Amino acid sequence: MKKVYGSAAEALEGTLSDGMLIAAGGFGLCGIPELLIDGIVASGVKDLTVASNNAGVDGFGLGKLLDTRQIKKMMSSYVGENAEFMRQYLSGELELEFNPQGTLAERMRAGGCGIPGFYTKTGVGTVIAEGKEVKSWGGEDYILEEGIFADLSIVKAWKADDTGNLVFRKTARNFNPPAAMCGRICIAEVEEIVPRGSLDPDMIHLPGIYVHRLIQGAHEKRIEQRTVRQKESA
Amino acid sequence: MPWDRNQMAARAAEELQDGWYVNLGIGIPTLVANYVGDKDITLQSENGMLGMGPFPYEGDEDPDLINAGKQTITELARTSYFDSAQSFGMIRGGKIAAAILGAMEVAENGDLANWMIPGKLVKGMGGAMDLVAGVGRVIVVMDHTNKHGDSKVLKACTLPLTGTGVVDRIITNLGVLDVVEGGLKIVETAEGVTEADLRAATEATIVD
Repeated sequence: MKKVYGSAAEALEGTLSDGMLIAAGGFGLCGIPELLIDGIVASGVKDLTVASNNAGVDGFGLGKLLDTRQIKKMMSSYVGENAEFMRQYLSGELELEFNPQGTLAERMRAGGCGIPGFYTKTGVGTVIAEGKEVKSWGGEDYILEEGIFADLSIVKAWKADDTGNLVFRKTARNFNPPAAMCGRICIAEVEEIVPRGSLDPDMIHLPGIYVHRLIQGAHEKRIEQRTVRQKESA
Repeated sequence: MPWDRNQMAARAAEELQDGWYVNLGIGIPTLVANYVGDKDITLQSENGMLGMGPFPYEGDEDPDLINAGKQTITELARTSYFDSAQSFGMIRGGKIAAAILGAMEVAENGDLANWMIPGKLVKGMGGAMDLVAGVGRVIVVMDHTNKHGDSKVLKACTLPLTGTGVVDRIITNLGVLDVVEGGLKIVETAEGVTEADLRAATEATIVD
């Protein structure tokens, strides 16, 4: 079966519908599926719920889908870097479901593993626990969190082979594997697609079973907080 | 003289034991890395890295290599990378020995509030709730009072909580306090700060 597509638009063909749930990889602007986000903007699909740790920045990353009002609801742990997000949220145009970061990652992983719910200590006694079942083990309380089963996953990796095996680079891995796992369909965009056999099978970070469609392209890879140190003078 | 930011960070670094894997929060906790000396400490960045190195030299920044504050960083010889689910798996699983975090309020029962002020811009809890629920030891580093001079060390938190009964030790500009049965116990005071000064700046119950 052919997994490699020529463009984001081709790869997204037939996967989008209004009101769907999309899981997106990335942390801040690191390791985000830039090309697929552009493709979704161009498609005009609307009323999206997007599970993603962050919501991009104004005009970049998921911020583009906020600018076009295609997102109805975000499931995120931190959304501080986006003025348009705040404007839409405060005016009631955008729903927001805060998830602790590890809970969000585990909800995606669980969904991908066929686990509909799990108990965690994270958030016990906080607003996060409101309305959730509490269960006690060994005198400690845990709350029930649900697995995320997304209609579509969009992720970014460094390299892929043509069977969809993925390799990530440094901290750009972040939410991409769990996001990829929880989608009924997963589309990955990579910097380079190489022929099968050219990646070391022992060094695959995410096996191709999770990846249904693939595209290759150039990424801007914008840096959110450029921090440097001075070279000590000799 | 109360401790300054760097002295608080240096004092917090004394808490870390050789061989520990540690998560440092944003702000003063980040400075703790400058004071670990020759102890073998591995820093976790919860976006998926163990063995976090210093900021890069200008020109060496890598957009694929950032910390949890989205700042460009570097790797070390010991560095490993992993995904967010595994990262929080090691946090939730108790593998991280300690987290050093900032706070808006801490209560005498160990409750911590550090993510949200109602009515102000809400940015989110990020990984803070997971960290305080999962790591072995939670050490808070913060100023003892807010900019109005009100105590941040309280009988009960007024802000939405990050976790309940999670804080083990509080290091402020005035001294060090432990969360114990019935309240807080003074461990030490900053040089030139008396126990009376520290008690006067503390709303929480102090037990002997």
